[in-house]
Amino acid sequence: MSEAMPNAAIVLSAEALAAIDYEVAKYPAGKQASAVMSALRIAQKEKGYLANETIEYVAAYLSIPAIRAFEVATFYNMYDLKPVGQNKLCLCTNLPCMLNGALKTAAELKKQLGIDFGETTADGEWTLKEGECFGACAAAPAIIVNNEKMFENITPDKVATFLQEVAEQNQNKPAAQSQSKESTNPPDKI
Amino acid sequence: MANEVIFRHLESKGDLSDIEVYRSVGGYAALEKILREQTPAAELIDEIKSSGLRGRGGAGFPTGLKWSFIPRGLPCDIYLVCNADEGEPGTFKDREIMMRNPHQLIEGMAIGAYIIGATRGYNYIHGEIWETYEHMERMVQAATEAGFLGDNILGSDFSFHLFNHHGYGAYICGEETALLESLEGKKGQPRYKPPFPASHGLYSMPTTVNNVETFACVPYILQHGGDHFLELGKPNNGGTKLFSVSGHVKRPGNYEVPLGTPFTDLLDMAGGMRNGKKLKAVIPGGSSVPILPAEIMMELTMDYDAIGKAGSMLGAGSVIVMDESVCMVQALQRLSYFYYEESCGQCTPCREGTGWLHRVVKRIEEGDGKQEDLQLLVDVGNQIDGFTICALGAAAATPVRSFIQHFRSEFEAHIEGGKCPIPNCFLD
Repeated sequence: MSEAMPNAAIVLSAEALAAIDYEVAKYPAGKQASAVMSALRIAQKEKGYLANETIEYVAAYLSIPAIRAFEVATFYNMYDLKPVGQNKLCLCTNLPCMLNGALKTAAELKKQLGIDFGETTADGEWTLKEGECFGACAAAPAIIVNNEKMFENITPDKVATFLQEVAEQNQNKPAAQSQSKESTNPPDKI
Repeated sequence: MANEVIFRHLESKGDLSDIEVYRSVGGYAALEKILREQTPAAELIDEIKSSGLRGRGGAGFPTGLKWSFIPRGLPCDIYLVCNADEGEPGTFKDREIMMRNPHQLIEGMAIGAYIIGATRGYNYIHGEIWETYEHMERMVQAATEAGFLGDNILGSDFSFHLFNHHGYGAYICGEETALLESLEGKKGQPRYKPPFPASHGLYSMPTTVNNVETFACVPYILQHGGDHFLELGKPNNGGTKLFSVSGHVKRPGNYEVPLGTPFTDLLDMAGGMRNGKKLKAVIPGGSSVPILPAEIMMELTMDYDAIGKAGSMLGAGSVIVMDESVCMVQALQRLSYFYYEESCGQCTPCREGTGWLHRVVKRIEEGDGKQEDLQLLVDVGNQIDGFTICALGAAAATPVRSFIQHFRSEFEAHIEGGKCPIPNCFLD
């Protein structure tokens, strides 16, 4: 599916394309559109966020109209359509988390990072988002880091340790998010 | 009698994610027996019907009956789909089943596929639980390598291929037709019913969609008999049920108890109320079901019929416990925001109405409400409920109506006082 790629500069790595091919193979022949959610997830992980060109590239790779991929990218709330910080924190504040102090955790996160929900720190290190139910209410308050790793029971007193742990973990694997820094859009307020 | 079906063997036998451990406690024996004896599907459906198993995802529809709707003998593909898109506030059981007893789910799906004649299945997993998705990817691979999934399973002519599909953050995809749209690679916007998925489901083919816990009950039922499962619970409410207890309890978590267990027993299992506070209210089945005040709740047994009679619903068994410190207006404000945020935008009454509900509750919470706002909220709710394609509209209206019904004086106090009587109740 490599002919007529819209933007060579956006090209995904061979590993990412292999991961997309693996997802495509889960669906019957001709139903490769079903893999668009996974393909966008894989592209986002490699690029840091989904630029329009990236979405178009994914659509072309799957041989589906670009609008199909845009509809998906804009509908599901874990896709980032603008650059985010190296560490994207998503805190659930829904009722069960709220009953367990999520609003206090939110206040502490905002204080320590110096940003509000929906914002990114000036150094591009941290983005803070407000999430809806993760399905982990016994672990309240719960935070998801970079869409993958869930941290449980982050009460306000654990915020400092939590931030330190996340910072250290991502220092050890610097590769993933570096593209977002090359972006022409400053990862400022989103 | 706790931990009889889903969590049996969990404490005694260790890691059931290890397929050999699962097999050592009788895992995959039900599937093996069916394939060896080539049990007719109709016989298996009768067994499941006799168990009284009702859908564990929230609707409580009888599973045996649902599977009997799938047309047989048509020259087309039939699909089996597991709804693991668990995002209803208060619900967290499916994640735990997939992490702690994944092969019972896989075996249940394989048996379900045999019964309805499906050769392909998908497990649609909630976007926010990536680690669970990765776990299930490994589990499906292990089951395939052991010969319980794939072509000609255990030497029979039954083939079933199972795949995991990862969601990416949309509550609405827990609605089965939205889930099917999403599986097709589209926005998760619910479809009109009819036609129902049993005739026009995934890729317009006959499809059944069941919850994780429902599938996980099936191997047990076929091993021990429908009657035995039924007797674990009470008539019309067969079996045990996982109750996800969250909120102001000492030990939040999943508790598997027989349907019909008194709420007070469940509360005790969860350690009782935290910090010696008094129980104020409970949402017994997830955020979309009516809230019940403590005095009603303390008299109830946990089953579909008893909770239904009390004016609420068992839902997915998601029990949100609130103590006396909770400001009901602020609690409702957060739930209303959730439905506003998660409305898919397809139907005007829901898209616009959920915004109205949230804005009006918010202004009451902030002390800017008017007396007529309470009637306005009820009216807006009534204009959503019943006028939308799917049940999210009704789900948004339900908390608003039931919070006002049971805690009206708190709303009036906000309006009359011009401020919240317990400001910062979630921040202190």
